[in-house]
Amino acid sequence: MSTLDSFRVATRAWLEANCPASMRTPMPEDERVWGGRQPSFKNPESKIWFERMVSRGWTVPTWPTAWGGGGLTTDEAQILNDEMTRLNCRTPLFGFGISMLGPVLLKYGTEAQKAEHLPPIARGEIRWCQGYSEPNAGSDLANLQTKAENRGDHFLVNGQKIWTSYAHLADWIFCLVRTDSAKHRGISFLLFDMRTAGVKTRPIALISGASVFCETFFDNVRVPTRNLVGQLNNGWQIAKELLQHERGMISQIGRAIGGTVPPVEVVAKQYLGDATGKISDPVLRDAVARQVMNDRAFELTIRRAGQESAAGAADGGASSMFKYYGTEQNKKKFELILKCAGTQALGWTGPDFTPDELTLCRTWLRSKGNSIEGGTSEIQLNVIAKRVLGLPD
Amino acid sequence: MGLVLNEEQRMLQRSAQEFFSARQPLKALRTLRDNQDATGFDRELWRAMAELGWAGILIPEAYGGAAFGYQGLGLILEEAGRSLAASPLISTALLGGPLILSAGSEAQKHAWLGAVAAGERVVALALDERSRHAPTSIATRAKSQGSGYVLKGSKVMVLDGHVADQLLVVARTSGADDAAQGLTIFVVDATARGITRTRLTLVDSRNAANVAFDNVEVAATAVLGMPDSGYAALAPVLDGARVGLAAEMLGSGLEAFERTLNYLKLRVQFGVPIGSFQALKHRAALMYCEIELTRSVVLEALTALDEQRGDVPQLASLAKAKACEMLELVSSEAIQLFGGIGMTDEEEIGFFIKRARVAQQTFGDAVFHRDRYATSMGF
Ligand SMILES: Cc1cc2nc3c(=O)[nH]c(=O)nc-3n(C[C@H](O)[C@H](O)[C@H](O)COP(=O)(O)OP(=O)(O)OC[C@H]3O[C@@H](n4cnc5c(N)ncnc54)[C@H](O)[C@@H]3O)c2cc1C
Repeated sequence: MSTLDSFRVATRAWLEANCPASMRTPMPEDERVWGGRQPSFKNPESKIWFERMVSRGWTVPTWPTAWGGGGLTTDEAQILNDEMTRLNCRTPLFGFGISMLGPVLLKYGTEAQKAEHLPPIARGEIRWCQGYSEPNAGSDLANLQTKAENRGDHFLVNGQKIWTSYAHLADWIFCLVRTDSAKHRGISFLLFDMRTAGVKTRPIALISGASVFCETFFDNVRVPTRNLVGQLNNGWQIAKELLQHERGMISQIGRAIGGTVPPVEVVAKQYLGDATGKISDPVLRDAVARQVMNDRAFELTIRRAGQESAAGAADGGASSMFKYYGTEQNKKKFELILKCAGTQALGWTGPDFTPDELTLCRTWLRSKGNSIEGGTSEIQLNVIAKRVLGLPD
Repeated sequence: MGLVLNEEQRMLQRSAQEFFSARQPLKALRTLRDNQDATGFDRELWRAMAELGWAGILIPEAYGGAAFGYQGLGLILEEAGRSLAASPLISTALLGGPLILSAGSEAQKHAWLGAVAAGERVVALALDERSRHAPTSIATRAKSQGSGYVLKGSKVMVLDGHVADQLLVVARTSGADDAAQGLTIFVVDATARGITRTRLTLVDSRNAANVAFDNVEVAATAVLGMPDSGYAALAPVLDGARVGLAAEMLGSGLEAFERTLNYLKLRVQFGVPIGSFQALKHRAALMYCEIELTRSVVLEALTALDEQRGDVPQLASLAKAKACEMLELVSSEAIQLFGGIGMTDEEEIGFFIKRARVAQQTFGDAVFHRDRYATSMGF
């Protein structure tokens, strides 16, 4: 047996022995574990599962063990992912520290910064938020105006961020600030504690009824200079790299392990299936087929990109393509689910709708943000046209 | 896994690239069309392709083939698709040879496959009877008579039917007109008495014929394999043909897309290259995504064929449906983005939309394959 095969066998055995039963079922939104200084575990088994996975470093499987990771190779991590998918194991810990900040800290952070920040991310002790967008800097992110004055041993930060997801629940923020007037070469990448004096958040209600993002205000916030990542005025490079990780993550939204909403063909059969299980409306049946076929094609494309990058033939525009296609697919999926379920998917609250139906409605509305957050679909198409296709400005 | 090419496959791809760009560029098709060529392809070039091993690429070495598998043939078809090359690759290398291999007895395989691999025989599949692909809707009858059979019925869109040496005729020996059971495949000499072949002149300038069978007498030895169970042997070969055709369509889509992209960079209006207009950039980016997805499903389906996996039927439908959708989009957008010149016969871009629609209809369009995929998924 090859070492990878034996890794697979051992991994499968460990997961089977250690993943609690309820952690192998679809995950309601409110059972997601985000960690942080005041972690909440709505389902007690999610705490057990989280702690066991932390002990293996498998909340961040490919990070070095020295920083709390699992030290796995990409092949081993793929196997872990396959085996978790097979058992339908829930992702044990979510967070922007894992999916966005960690990868760039591993590359750009000093040893001291890595030692300070990576292990708490891996162990789910610190929850991060992303301070990028501002009222006048959305798609044109480099137009950001939040100022950081260099005062020798600290930066003095003043300004406002917006759409900061979970800022009201986060412990720390990674934040883009202006340290010079040059548009792209005057941006720096800072880390600071959300408890620092002068930081204020105000949650904003979403169309889905939830309140996941905030306005975030900075009023004379003092940030120690050692919390600057990379060089002064060189933050744009880091910011863009982090966006690639973010886009990779968002493109997977519809495919996350243990997702809350069943596959579209299952919903379609539930509402429109005839006695044999065939979807009775031929137009919707064709649309469902198109949807699941494109999902499969997308899945295969992600796998192919993985194999190409392992073979050294990766394509720089891949993350934009995945962000664009994955999020547009996810939106189409919900529109199709709405058509199949009819008015049963349009309930807001109340006993006339099942909890699953109410979730459908809210998740449909939330899916509209997928093609906005992390850079809009239009921006992704711009990136593909420029970077991959070489079309002129 | 075959989602990324290995060194051997890259070499094959390079030699196919060189072959088609040097010896069979798109203008070769134009010449065949303008001369109303009786054959519709260049026999010399087909012999050259056979010498490279391509005619027998799916045939095992024991029968004289090159045994390079579907992944190898897919690469060649992709390059053929780029120059829209007319040749018996689809009728004979992708369908005729493999069907004899799949259905035939040992003696039949030895009798036919060597000549197929050598490029000496064009073997065409006479299957469809309607204007939309319906592989089990067969009304052509084979009645037993004496020790043999008599064939009566008519077939449409027989690829290379006008020049085929042998026809592989799917006829009904029992069962209802739309049943998969009761179909028998016959190897029939294309010049046998009672056969009338009418060459079709199609929009894509490629080669097909309608074939009528008026009480054609054939011997019992003409039955390929076993009577009544022909469809079981045909089905996997048909799936292989769908995937091979999808590979060809991928090549055509790529070529049309690259030509369009090039045009977007060169054509100047309002003092700037038209490719700087965002409305056009986004359309180009969308086409790029569709092509990338098509490439993934084609590679996966080709791999599944070589590994003889159980999900071949599903992947064949996925690949063909995706290729149809992609090529319909790309070939239509190409004309629009070329503007007026795209409507002219002189500009080659128009050849792609013509080939596209024929390839889309051949062996099932996107609607056919979405229906088949849905059925296979149980909805
Ligand atoms: C659910 C959600 C969570 C978010 N979380 C965070 C977070 O945690 N941290 C954070 O910093 N930000 C976050 N964002 C903000 C997000 O990154 C921005 O909303 C996004 O970048 C778009 O910026 P904008 O809202 O200012 O829209 P605008 O940039 O004003 O865009 C408006 C419209 O114009 C289009 N447009 C703009 N420029 C172009 C162009 N050049 N070409 C073509 N079309 C263009 C856009 O595509 C869009 O359709 C979140 C957003 C959402 C929806």
